[in-house]
Amino acid sequence: MSASLALSPGTLAFRHFRRDPLAFACALFLLMVALIAIAAPAIAPHDPADADLLRRLQPPVWMSGGDWSYPLGCDGLGRDILSRLIYGARISLGIGVFVVALATVIGATLGVLAGFVRGLPDALLSRIADILLGFPYLVFAIGLMGMMGPGLSNIIITLVLKEWVVAFRVARGETLAAREQDYVEAARAIGCRRARIMRDEVMPNILSPVVVVATIRMANVIIMEASLSFLGLGVQPPAVSWGGMVADGRDVLAGGWWVSTFPGLAIMLVVIAANLASQGLREAFDPRLRQ
Amino acid sequence: MWLANRASHLITVLIGTSLAVFAMMWATPGDPVQIMLADQRATRAQVAALRHEMGLDLSMPHRFALFVWHALHGDFGRSFFHHRPVIDVIGERLPATIELTLAAAIMALLIGIPLGLYAGTRRVRLPDRIVSLMSLIGVSMPGFWLGLLLMLVFSVTFHLFPVSGRMGGGDQPPGVTHLLVIDSVIAGRPDMALTALRHLALPAITLALPMAAVLMQVTRTAAMEVMPADYIVFAAAKGLPRRRILFLHVLKNALAPAVSVAAIEIGAMLGGNMIVETIFSWPGVGRLVVEAIFDRNYPLVQAAVLLYAVFYALLNFVADMLYRVLDPRVAA
Repeated sequence: MSASLALSPGTLAFRHFRRDPLAFACALFLLMVALIAIAAPAIAPHDPADADLLRRLQPPVWMSGGDWSYPLGCDGLGRDILSRLIYGARISLGIGVFVVALATVIGATLGVLAGFVRGLPDALLSRIADILLGFPYLVFAIGLMGMMGPGLSNIIITLVLKEWVVAFRVARGETLAAREQDYVEAARAIGCRRARIMRDEVMPNILSPVVVVATIRMANVIIMEASLSFLGLGVQPPAVSWGGMVADGRDVLAGGWWVSTFPGLAIMLVVIAANLASQGLREAFDPRLRQ
Repeated sequence: MWLANRASHLITVLIGTSLAVFAMMWATPGDPVQIMLADQRATRAQVAALRHEMGLDLSMPHRFALFVWHALHGDFGRSFFHHRPVIDVIGERLPATIELTLAAAIMALLIGIPLGLYAGTRRVRLPDRIVSLMSLIGVSMPGFWLGLLLMLVFSVTFHLFPVSGRMGGGDQPPGVTHLLVIDSVIAGRPDMALTALRHLALPAITLALPMAAVLMQVTRTAAMEVMPADYIVFAAAKGLPRRRILFLHVLKNALAPAVSVAAIEIGAMLGGNMIVETIFSWPGVGRLVVEAIFDRNYPLVQAAVLLYAVFYALLNFVADMLYRVLDPRVAA
């Protein structure tokens, strides 16, 4: 008891998280995928864009006609699927992490501002949040991407535009509760300026629920990006994305099941890992859920 | 009071979403007049006339007011591509989407609620674990991939279902509801109903499974919360059969959260429709929108997004009301 009191909430949460084998394993898996994505040029056996029609729809190694230099086979243009998967991880994870991080920073900042200042800014931001929540997620994303046109920066803009609302709502709610606390009152009493109270007092205290929600949202953002790329509204070739790979496999479904199956599996595994890891994280950070 | 509150919220959201959809036009690269004219040569005067005709020379607030006014009258402009009013083009495709969504929603309710109930009321951990695992996979599987896998297994490999499309145009039953399954039954043609169902099966399953997974999760949690309650213990103690307890007492209390989640999930289906209809070449609104995007047919995309958002807002409104009817504690 006395020992754990001396530890910061973050350390405590990490200790708890480490004892949750499933969540911890999932986090390690995600870390591994992230490392693979970063090191893609070094580990990918082939150039992901290197097409050769002689290798068209070459099957994976365990089927007849497959060989070890293209272990997961080749797609309809004869490109190595394993290398494309490795490069595709950059887009999937990269966009997932970047969008959630950016949306969380924006949403949390606006949320603290709205919850602390109240009044007109709060009313205005809350209305905007309500309106954005009024769109089904994919309808909003497809509609806006359809208007703006495909491309990496447009995906990021679209997803952040929809995603910041989540962090905003959590941060605003937590701030509303925090501003009535004694430590805020005390800071006000000794004459701190509002900006400083928000930054140094409120923000650190509401951070953990905001971060936990952010990790939960990552799975969703990854699926959204993959869906947009599948429809051809995402990143454009030669950039490789898993959603786009599944779409490539759609045209050769009868002749090469492996073309769409492996990238789909990759998306699913990463999303499952992200879901389970964030569940574990939520339990680790919420003392009420700790057993 | 509550109703007035909700209604004013609904109106705010509706005005806000139309404003957002109106604003989406700014995101479009290029000038709408140029897109409409495409490669045709036009004199300055002609361009100016077209601008005036399209109302592009008016002030922004004026244009927005006109946009809402026209939308309220069902006028969303003309489709660049079809050269017909957008609303007619969408209306033609609507029955196919309604049929698909209804089939998927019914399927999801029939799978999700009983399984959730089963998992939440058993003391044994194994079925509970299996159901939880299934729902985790259900929410983590991207819909477009699930659709392709189903197509690969059931259409390409085993030829059990048609690969894509709805029933052929030539052999459709006379249109009454324009939902082909129901129309076939009305026409007294079970063979047609079967064909329609076979076309419907895979896209509906693809759309239904993620929703079933979420419903399963919600019903399970709700059932687990209800089970230890005194009135359930009492019902068991006075010897009511298990089935009666489940359906009369547990389900009644688990239904409120399930219904409100179902409404939100049907909203999610609207987006899912675009993907599923594209995969299975289902001739509904979702596929129409995706095609319109690639044709740069912006009025159609705009109208569809607005209609989806309005429908979603109404759905949420209805779900809120249902929640209050099903769970009187909320009203108190």
